[in-house]
Amino acid sequence: MEVTDIPAEFLREDLAPLPAVSELQVVRHYTRLSQSNFSIDTHFYPLGSCTMKYNPRACNKYAMLPEFLMRHPQSAVTTGQGFLQCLHELQEILKDITGMKGVSLTPLAGAQGEFAGVTMIRAYHDSRDDQRRDEILVPDAAHGTNPATATMCGYKVREIPTDAEGDVDVEALRAAVGPHTAGLMLTNPSTLGIFEGHIQEIADIVHEAGGLLYYDGANLNAIVGKVKPGDMGFDVIHMNLHKTFSTPHGGGGPGAGPVGVNDRLLPFLPIPIVTEEGGDYRWLTEQDLPQSIGRLSGSMGNAGVLLRAYIYARLLGKEGMNRVAEFATLNANYLMAQLRSRGFDMAYPTRRAAHEFIVTLKTLKEQTGVIAMDVAKRLLDKGYHAPTVYFPLLVPECFLIEPTETESKQELDGFTDALVEILEEAHRDPELVKHAPHTTPVTRLDEVKAARELDVAWNSE
Amino acid sequence: MPFIPHTESEIRDMLDVIGVDSIDDLFDEIPEDLRALALSLVPEGINEMEIGRVMMERANKDGLYVNFIGGGAYEHHIPAVVWELTTRGEFYSAYTPYQAEASQGTLQLLYEFQTMMARLTGLEVSNASLYDGASALAEAVLAAVRAKKKATKVLMPSTISPVYRQVVSNIVRNQGIELIELPFSEVGGHTPVEIVSQQTTDDIAALVVPQPNYFGVLEEVDALTDWAHDHGLLVIGLVNPIAMALLKPPGRWGKQGADIAVGEGQPVGIPLSSGGPYFGFMCCKQKLIRQLPGRIVGRTVDTQGRPGFTLTLQAREQHIRRSKATSNICTNQGLMVTAATIYIALLGADGLRRVALQCHANTKRLLNSLAKIEGVEKLFDRPFFHEGVLRLTQDPSAILRALEAQGIVGGIDLSRHYPQLGDTMLVCATETRTDTEMDNYELHLERIMSRRRLDPPCAQKVAGKV
Repeated sequence: MEVTDIPAEFLREDLAPLPAVSELQVVRHYTRLSQSNFSIDTHFYPLGSCTMKYNPRACNKYAMLPEFLMRHPQSAVTTGQGFLQCLHELQEILKDITGMKGVSLTPLAGAQGEFAGVTMIRAYHDSRDDQRRDEILVPDAAHGTNPATATMCGYKVREIPTDAEGDVDVEALRAAVGPHTAGLMLTNPSTLGIFEGHIQEIADIVHEAGGLLYYDGANLNAIVGKVKPGDMGFDVIHMNLHKTFSTPHGGGGPGAGPVGVNDRLLPFLPIPIVTEEGGDYRWLTEQDLPQSIGRLSGSMGNAGVLLRAYIYARLLGKEGMNRVAEFATLNANYLMAQLRSRGFDMAYPTRRAAHEFIVTLKTLKEQTGVIAMDVAKRLLDKGYHAPTVYFPLLVPECFLIEPTETESKQELDGFTDALVEILEEAHRDPELVKHAPHTTPVTRLDEVKAARELDVAWNSE
Repeated sequence: MPFIPHTESEIRDMLDVIGVDSIDDLFDEIPEDLRALALSLVPEGINEMEIGRVMMERANKDGLYVNFIGGGAYEHHIPAVVWELTTRGEFYSAYTPYQAEASQGTLQLLYEFQTMMARLTGLEVSNASLYDGASALAEAVLAAVRAKKKATKVLMPSTISPVYRQVVSNIVRNQGIELIELPFSEVGGHTPVEIVSQQTTDDIAALVVPQPNYFGVLEEVDALTDWAHDHGLLVIGLVNPIAMALLKPPGRWGKQGADIAVGEGQPVGIPLSSGGPYFGFMCCKQKLIRQLPGRIVGRTVDTQGRPGFTLTLQAREQHIRRSKATSNICTNQGLMVTAATIYIALLGADGLRRVALQCHANTKRLLNSLAKIEGVEKLFDRPFFHEGVLRLTQDPSAILRALEAQGIVGGIDLSRHYPQLGDTMLVCATETRTDTEMDNYELHLERIMSRRRLDPPCAQKVAGKV
């Protein structure tokens, strides 16, 4: 087929240099590639702060019904009443779990939820003509997305230190707040894996200074059904549905980062939002919410992810939701107790683990020269994905370990045994650990070369 | 218990090891007055069979329509292999490849994706995805402003999707960046370089050039690119990946090529799904690579000299650079990129080009046949890709409602965003539309238009019939 009516000046002169392969070649190539991945379906994956729990297959199956997949985002709401009903019910479920007054499902990932939240904080202060507030406070243990988000929203970032017990240093916070404070971004349970004990006091300090309190919902899995962020005094919250609601992590997304707000931020929620009137569902848009911070994506959000989260919530129900936090916490505290009894040091030994906890390998490094990264790599040889390493930045040689509720006692015991073996290996034959992994498809990669001699696209034809 | 494996005796053993009596004791650091009352709006749990019934009922209620809408999201045939492979647990349930040795599958796939996108756009480098086309354009605007250091304004033709322009504004406005909208030719539906050249170029970082534009019309990309470069501006190409197999890619626009190319990745292997998840892509010239947001995969060697892949240039990213990062993006759209890579590999350059050609041929056929109907005319006389604008003598929203009753979603009503064009709608026919479906659209549109001409709704109101 040739083009006759598009003038040559607009056309590509050649065929783009792309693969020319058969269907079988494609199937074999990508099947083999997939087999060189660790995943939840194949391995224990205790990546702290990421909530790598089982992704139920039913959620995928019923989110991928043809009617849902084929619907164009610009088609009228009359062609999507079933879809919109699911989303509306999900909004209600999320309101209940978070104790917030309004929810918008539209942010495409946690970081976009943070962006929406902080932009709402800004819109709130602007609406009161309070433009002096140019600073967002962030604990030093926070996820990198928090300060990066504050910058994207045009704010200066001020870090608040953590005290010896792992809580926010309340006196430092008190000294930091003032008429320039727009808000504080906080994760609770924190990135240190502990429930922030002074939360009510923190909320009071920030509110009395005229700032708002932002809840980073990365660790919501630890408290579902136990505490509601709204009750802790938070004004705005984002949730990571790919964590707490078990939608797939997909090798790095897609996520979904719905935001919830209390009364004073309701007018600013990002659009669109689903509303129900007499059994009919429709979108609330800029006409309905003139003060909204507006749209953040080309359509309405990661619809397919939201459907998976909805199905997950319905499968669990209210009893199941309570069990999420209970068993995530049980698993974390059990694993922490086991590791402590086998000679590992906890970063915050006097505290309960929320759904995750921090091991520090500082002593191991001093004794053997083996560092946390080496132990992480050796875990791969033992058939376990490594925990999060070197985060939070303030604990030396740390592992942030989050087992999640869907792992069995046997799996946790196996992981403990593997770590104990590695500890022994590190003392007996440190080079074995320092050069791990030995059994993966590749051994340790030269990251310096990767950055210095950049090769990010195949260059030979 | 759904998805929780513990037996009663295991729970007992675990509590004993911890040294507490009950699971509830594990929450004893939470102040008593914060403990939540029971959830009230979350319903009782149901089983897989029951949720299956609920979802199938709701899907049936939504039904299936013959789709003639584009406007940034397009219905294309997705070969069965694409999602069969994409939903393999090893791709589906892995995460960002932080542990490279345990993630070579995802990493190599992302490297292949970066290669494919660089080749489609004719640029040197690509990142590993952004959220969607609209937010990718916002990130490109931010990258251009960073690269230009002192300039704070970006030229945005109003032939870019109105929603995209809103999204970009919402994302960049708090960083003091100003977007200057450029008018378009109401004859050609494009952005003539004569209009652009009336702009002052003081404090301008970049010009955005959509190809094709929101109306489906092809812009004078060479002239626009050269004008921008002659005035020291960067050029951001906003492109459709399917079109890139047929149209001149941004890397070859004008004398020097566009500097950055972004777009919506949905057309390559991603279902429409009411709006997401899709993915955004972003490619650029090598010299701008440190301005790219998001993940980038690099090829390197392992300790034995074997080739392997790893995340690279992470010092741009939020988990390292924190408040100084190029973006706050963390999780991107990895699984969508998995599907896109497999889709592009399956089709190859020839397959993609044939898809692009069939889309163009179908849209041309559709526009010509619909424009023969009395009260329907085709707007714009310029070359187009796979969309076009029709002007009606009737209110497009009413016409579209009437078409919907016939099982046809017929297009996008443009009258709100482009009132200067009158009663217009944007229509699209991709390779998935058959001749019969297009004939059927023509038949129904003709009937609806003539019925309303003979018996206009305003007359009905007067007569009290409706």
